[in-house]
Amino acid sequence: MAEKGNVLLKIEGLRIEAYAEEKWFEIVHGVDLLLRRGEVMGLIGESGAGKSTIGLAAMGFARDGCRISGGSVEFDGLELTTTSETDRRRLRGSRIAYVAQSAAASFNPAHKLIDQHTEAPVHYRIRKRMESQEDAMELYQRLRLPNPREIGFRYPHQVSGGQLQRAMTAMAMSCRPDLIIFDEPTTALDVTTQIEVLAAIRDIVDQFNTAAIYITHDLAVVAQMADVIKVLLKGDQVEESDTRSMLENPQEDYTKSLWAVRSFQRAEKDRPGDEAVPVVTVENIDASYGPVKVLEDVSFDVHAGMTVAVVGESGSGKSTAARCITGLLPPTKGRILFQGEELPASYLARTKDQLRQAQMIYQMADTALNPKIRIGDIIGRPAEFYGGLKGTDLKNRVDELLDMIELDPSKFYGRYPPELSGGQKQRVGIARSLAADPTFIICDEVTSALDQLVAEGILRLLDRLQQDLNLAYMFITHDLATVRSIADEVVVMKQGRVVEQGQKSEMFKPPHHPYTDLLLSSVPEMDPDWLTTLLEERGVDNVGEAATT
Amino acid sequence: MADVGRIILLRLGLGILTLLVISALIFGAVELLPGDIAQAVLGQGATEETLAALRTEMGLDRSAPVRYIDWLAGAIVGDFGVSLLNQQPVADVIGPRFANTLFLAAYAAVIAVPVAILLGIIVALLRNTIFDRVANVATLTSISSPEFFLGYILILYFSVKTGWFPSIAKLSSSMTFFELLEATFLPALTMVLVVVAHMMRMTRAAIINLLASPYIEMARLKGAPGWKVITLHALPNAWAPIINVVALNLAYLITGVVLVEVVFVYPGIGQLLVDAVTKRDFPVVQACCLIFAATFILLNLAADVGAILTNPRLRHPK
Repeated sequence: MAEKGNVLLKIEGLRIEAYAEEKWFEIVHGVDLLLRRGEVMGLIGESGAGKSTIGLAAMGFARDGCRISGGSVEFDGLELTTTSETDRRRLRGSRIAYVAQSAAASFNPAHKLIDQHTEAPVHYRIRKRMESQEDAMELYQRLRLPNPREIGFRYPHQVSGGQLQRAMTAMAMSCRPDLIIFDEPTTALDVTTQIEVLAAIRDIVDQFNTAAIYITHDLAVVAQMADVIKVLLKGDQVEESDTRSMLENPQEDYTKSLWAVRSFQRAEKDRPGDEAVPVVTVENIDASYGPVKVLEDVSFDVHAGMTVAVVGESGSGKSTAARCITGLLPPTKGRILFQGEELPASYLARTKDQLRQAQMIYQMADTALNPKIRIGDIIGRPAEFYGGLKGTDLKNRVDELLDMIELDPSKFYGRYPPELSGGQKQRVGIARSLAADPTFIICDEVTSALDQLVAEGILRLLDRLQQDLNLAYMFITHDLATVRSIADEVVVMKQGRVVEQGQKSEMFKPPHHPYTDLLLSSVPEMDPDWLTTLLEERGVDNVGEAATT
Repeated sequence: MADVGRIILLRLGLGILTLLVISALIFGAVELLPGDIAQAVLGQGATEETLAALRTEMGLDRSAPVRYIDWLAGAIVGDFGVSLLNQQPVADVIGPRFANTLFLAAYAAVIAVPVAILLGIIVALLRNTIFDRVANVATLTSISSPEFFLGYILILYFSVKTGWFPSIAKLSSSMTFFELLEATFLPALTMVLVVVAHMMRMTRAAIINLLASPYIEMARLKGAPGWKVITLHALPNAWAPIINVVALNLAYLITGVVLVEVVFVYPGIGQLLVDAVTKRDFPVVQACCLIFAATFILLNLAADVGAILTNPRLRHPK
């Protein structure tokens, strides 16, 4: 831990308002924050807690449709709420920098990385262009980016997500700011990539003794990064203390509930004997997108009432396997069996009843539900299409389904998706899949866009439905905590191949396949020393090498 | 870059195919026009024999598909036949007129495109200010007024009342380039007024569309001033829609200017087309339509290529 200096940022009674439905309403209700030079503060909370809004306010910035309505933000003696916009702007990039959640979206697609890197230093006349380019390469090297002298001359789409995130951290460092706001910088990354980025960020902040505000919803991550943790709930501060005491001894009930989230775990069911016919059997399938082969010799099966978790990093072929099962992408080799009978490869050739049996729930409930159609009609459509229900029967069926997903039919039937919260939307997605009365449901990252408390509710719901209806689930996820809580069997995929599969209890016990081991050990733990210990075990250089692949 | 080359070749092929389909449509449409050219040429008093003789001479007695193939084969090598009215080759009739139209279009475009894009950038920067609203109202007014009305208004103020510019765009071969510019200033200005609004509003919309992107917020959080955010970060990503609307308007400048030419008595291709239709000079009509179609296709192709070239994902594949 670096030595801490004078007060750098002092926020007092900060209030922020947002404009919606033709009036202003408060979203941050009086938050105080004190940050010293070289100190890292973790801001944590669920979505809607106001983390990002407060982070931006520390730069004297409010998004369009938001305004700072009260309190003070004092940065190194300068009161940001009253000073001119030009003065505030001059701080941004030079003395306070920002690292966004999605580097892929936050780098301008039209310019090379290095040109975006040098923009601020050249603009502020801190460095000449060539000097700044030299500096960029040095920072890329420190952040262990591959080919540090060359990578900056690529365009954002030519660089991987984890590398972009490090390049963005380098960019934030370009003017050697006093403070960096990290806004969920690793949320969009795979666990193995996340480690590299976390290590890189921690190192560089330490080396330059930069103060930082680290915003995240992931407790285990914040435990690795922050000296002090501040918990937020719906725009209010819940509590604040140094990382160790916060982890060991949280005071407030809300904090304790956050800490306890990952407790849900249902009993594992054993695989039925060989005589039982699986609901779905995937037999040695290959699949390609055009000339690119994405699946190779993938086999697994799913039994009634059981959950098979398919895990792997992005690009490992998890979702492609699901597309093959549903017939959206006919496999080039191998076959798909349903209750022992071979299914036509393409969904076009399948019967209505075959289609009905396998349903999907999607990751982004936001985009998977038509915003212009009422909830009752969204759920009613498959019931009508597959079940042939009409009139009162249909209405009763939809009410029954809404009851199943614990949403009050009298309230929700006539509402539209945008009026619902993320968790409620996902429940509607579940009800829509149930409406077809399927025996097999593919859940594609259904909880990864949700807050942990909400996600837990969805997992419990899925579990209850499985018991009531004897459903078979194929559960696609990259989150091993989810696997731990809901899976019976696990299939680990890497680059289109299955590297390991078996009962969950066996998978979480050593010995592992090396890749499974890498995945398991990369999941952050609630121990502040976890990252340090892990990096020592792996040897820091390994991290850098992993980044080049 | 090999990919880009392939895409362009593909588009070019499709363009030629489209042109072929259009040529058939044009020929078919002209066939459907009522009336008889022989009758028109010889007048009501002509006998059946003389009419038949004239039809044979003009090749009108052959079947339509045969004449179409014949015409198409000629058109491919630049031979559009002869004008039925004065027996001159169609190419000679159209050539100078088309050159005049191109000149006027280029004149208007050279003014309109930079003005529109610059104005679009400025109103995007000053969005929701008085300047933005005034510019919007002004350009909407000009786009909503028929061009002949705009033309007469300009004549009234810049010609009749002040005498600054001639009201009739008379050309002669002895004119210097600057005299030419002066003589055709009013028709060019009329066309500028008609097309600027569309391009400006599209530029503004394309830029403002991008302002909610995370990379624009990032640019602001890096301390870039407003004009830099617009020109350096938004504009390079907004070219594709802007280029498209520019191409559309350039095509309009060439093919949609009949009224302006009539108002200013400008000897362009639009007037020629109208004359040819009223006098049933089919070879000229067909050739004009084909030229218009080719103009549209070429400009759209250029827009596609431009959009591809401004997309870094296509310019620099992984």
